[in-house]
Amino acid sequence: MTSIILLTSFGIINLFVGFMKSKRILLPLALLFLLAVLGANLLQWNDTQSYFNNMLTIDNYAVGFTGIMVLSTLLILPFSQRYITEQDDNIAEFYSLLLFSLVGAIMMVSYENLLMLFIGIEILSIAMYVLAGSNKKSIRSNEASLKYFLMGSFFTGILLFGIVLIYGATGSFDITRIAGAAQRAESVEGVMFGLGMLLIVAGISFKIAAAPFHFWTPDVYEGTPTLFTTFMSTVVKTAGVAAFYKLMASAFGASYATWYPTLVAITVLTLLVGNIGAAVQTNMKRMLAYSSISHAGYLLMALIALNERSESSIFFYSLAYSVASIASFGVLKLVTVQRDDETFEAFNGLGKSNPMLAFAMTVSMLSLAGIPLTAGFFGKFFIFSSVIEGGDMIWLVVAALILAAVGIYYYFKVIIAMYMHPAGNFAPVKVSSLVSVVLIIITALTIILGIAPALASDIL
Amino acid sequence: MITALLLFWPALAALLVLLINGPGAKRVAFIAALVEFAIALFAVTSFTTGSTLPQFGLSIPWVERAGISFSIGMDGISLLMVLLTTFLVPLIVLSSFKHEYKNPNTFYALILFMQTGLIGVFVALDAFLFYFFWEVALIPVYFIAAIWGGARRIPVTFKFFVYTIFGSFFMLAAFLYLYFQTPGTGVAAHSAHINAFYQLSLDSDTQSWLFWFLFLAFAIKMPVFPFHTWQPDTYTESPVQATMLLAGIMLKMGIYGVLRWLLPVVPLGASQWLDVVLILSIIGIVYGSIIAIRQRDLKRLIAYSSIAHVGLIAAGIFSLTEHGLQGGVIQMLSHGVNVVGLFFIIDIIYSRTRTREISSLGGITQTTPALSIYFMILLLGSVSLPLTNGFVGEFLLLSGVFQYNNVYGGIAGLTIILGAVYMLRMFQGVMLGTKTPETEVFADLTLNEKAVLIPLVIMVFWIGLFPNTFLEISEPAVGNLLNIIQRR
Repeated sequence: MTSIILLTSFGIINLFVGFMKSKRILLPLALLFLLAVLGANLLQWNDTQSYFNNMLTIDNYAVGFTGIMVLSTLLILPFSQRYITEQDDNIAEFYSLLLFSLVGAIMMVSYENLLMLFIGIEILSIAMYVLAGSNKKSIRSNEASLKYFLMGSFFTGILLFGIVLIYGATGSFDITRIAGAAQRAESVEGVMFGLGMLLIVAGISFKIAAAPFHFWTPDVYEGTPTLFTTFMSTVVKTAGVAAFYKLMASAFGASYATWYPTLVAITVLTLLVGNIGAAVQTNMKRMLAYSSISHAGYLLMALIALNERSESSIFFYSLAYSVASIASFGVLKLVTVQRDDETFEAFNGLGKSNPMLAFAMTVSMLSLAGIPLTAGFFGKFFIFSSVIEGGDMIWLVVAALILAAVGIYYYFKVIIAMYMHPAGNFAPVKVSSLVSVVLIIITALTIILGIAPALASDIL
Repeated sequence: MITALLLFWPALAALLVLLINGPGAKRVAFIAALVEFAIALFAVTSFTTGSTLPQFGLSIPWVERAGISFSIGMDGISLLMVLLTTFLVPLIVLSSFKHEYKNPNTFYALILFMQTGLIGVFVALDAFLFYFFWEVALIPVYFIAAIWGGARRIPVTFKFFVYTIFGSFFMLAAFLYLYFQTPGTGVAAHSAHINAFYQLSLDSDTQSWLFWFLFLAFAIKMPVFPFHTWQPDTYTESPVQATMLLAGIMLKMGIYGVLRWLLPVVPLGASQWLDVVLILSIIGIVYGSIIAIRQRDLKRLIAYSSIAHVGLIAAGIFSLTEHGLQGGVIQMLSHGVNVVGLFFIIDIIYSRTRTREISSLGGITQTTPALSIYFMILLLGSVSLPLTNGFVGEFLLLSGVFQYNNVYGGIAGLTIILGAVYMLRMFQGVMLGTKTPETEVFADLTLNEKAVLIPLVIMVFWIGLFPNTFLEISEPAVGNLLNIIQRR
């Protein structure tokens, strides 16, 4: 709870600081705020509290995922440095909007009531709609914002409709009470409960970019300024998946047999679309967009497994995926700013001109591809093992593994470009010292978690 | 403890080498690899032959919630594989001294790093640990091949990488499945230890598909026909050190995997598919040999001959006889020694003439008595002349195949004739005959080159004359594996 209050007030303070002349203090200030939030968040560990008549519950689950999301934001913000000198004078607003949407994200992982889930998603999304269009002069950014907004509001409507149907069937918004009602035959027998679940699943699937609700993703990711794309593909996805898992495990846990065929279909489709889609891209940003779809698929596999391992599997995977994703989008941003090119060719010869940058990118790509010695390997390993534990789903793991081999194909295209293709006439990419620190942290974290995964996998 | 030292020393040395920029890197790497060999020799002297159990064991929990324990240890087969690895890596490093690679620190660090992966594969007693090192060994060699390789290296090595990873993912799925079949309830109560896998008794239908999941990974790595398509191109395009690592050591990972993680784990599955695998292997023998005869490029010729040799090893092992298994183990050593030697000689020829085309070579013997002798010895080892190392292995392997089926044995025996054809044809074309413009000036071996070839040639004779030195080490372990295979 303290983190929500802190973030909200920090967001407002940030807005006011924006009126001052000196914009240089904004970034350090925002980082400081986030560090404070991270600390405040960790203080709530093992101290489960309910708020507002059980609307929100801050338990270890919430603290854990809040930790990932705040940490992600903390690592994303340093990449915003160049914005200050170049185009924008609205940088304070952007920081504030990010902080506000983080508030929504925290509500999504700590809700105890479907209304809070809805409000959380709205707080998160509305800020993101604005940020998607934050590059006002770019037509693609405008397009992204409009698309995201139209599709987003449509699916929010669907989600709300689903919530209402569930309310009709069970008489409550509270997930514990819904779970209780779902035990009784009369509330789940009618079409209302099933339809409600289906609509909620569709609504959240849209948020985490799962197929077949993913059509907005490549265009929006491509058009949105890279900084905010990073936020979308890490924080928004983590919040969405965590919220999804909480919902399916608690409120609809008893109705597993009803919803799991739907979820299996969504997962397989997501893995297919994400991996095949990414493999045919020539634009790096679109490739990462499709790859983020595919990772939603791997995360959803933990929902299908739904056992005592799922929670920590999702936690570990989100962490591994988020940090690797930040590094890859971050490096992409640095490279595209310098070379004005978003295709794989922009990375040609980066291994020679910027060895550190290329190494960080390589580690991140290996992690996203799930190669051992990186965190991504254990992310996939935990998820797959929790699925196989069930026994009858080995085909799903085999399918996911085959598609992961496709994933290796497109992630290695980046590595090949960096190390094996000769460079054009490009100057080395300029990297600020703060960004270097962030990249070192991410690389170290990815490798450490790839060697000693227990550091993060046993927390939840 | 000594196993852990063997495992981590190269990785530590790799980090050290990474820091040394310039020509010092190769020397440090060479010394580090020699130290590793010394450790391995020490392990051999303190190894108790006659025991079937893994020795120098170490087992600590690693990732408890996934049931991964850091269990390592060596039985006779592992020890011989470790010995082969640690013997070859210093020679491979030494063989690179005359090349000036760009970024030498990265190059040598990757070689040493790969050695950790290779040793890890051979000493892992936990399935997931085995898988882990299996992948760890692949990444460095991919980078070595793809960065320092020839003109077509990028697509070729990429195919190799994706192909082998594709196969190993199936292995991972099979291991995960097997893990959850071991007794135990709850999150971490299962076990991926090799003994737990050996004690499983799954029904034969399950074993049947598990067999293919595992076999796919190993077959791609070896490679067995028809999974070999990545191999000739990769061998040809890689820098010669990577080719040596791939052919000399890495393909043994596949064979070792079959011995340790396939046959004893799913014996019922294996027995259903024995004929299929044997036929594939024998096709590989004949196919590899015939294609080798038609090759004009020296490196491709050895690449295809390697397919033929590995085919025979696979056929011998899948005969599930003691002769076959023992022959497989000893032939892994022999093939490693011979193929590294032959690739090195090709590299010597290439570095002096800038060509590997047989048609543009000839008459080299006239000026190079030393090279000719070493070449001839390694070649005779490769065509398995009695008194050389190849003879022992191929004899045992063929004896195993004959015990399984006479027809198979007869066709597999063609390898001896065909092998002699392509090898002697190569020697004739390259070394004998008249000088060509490319070979007009051809210096004999330098000291550095002799330093690489002499240990290899010694091994050719040692294994050929006193095979019992090695067979004794592996015999109890092989007998134990056979017991486990036949128990069910």
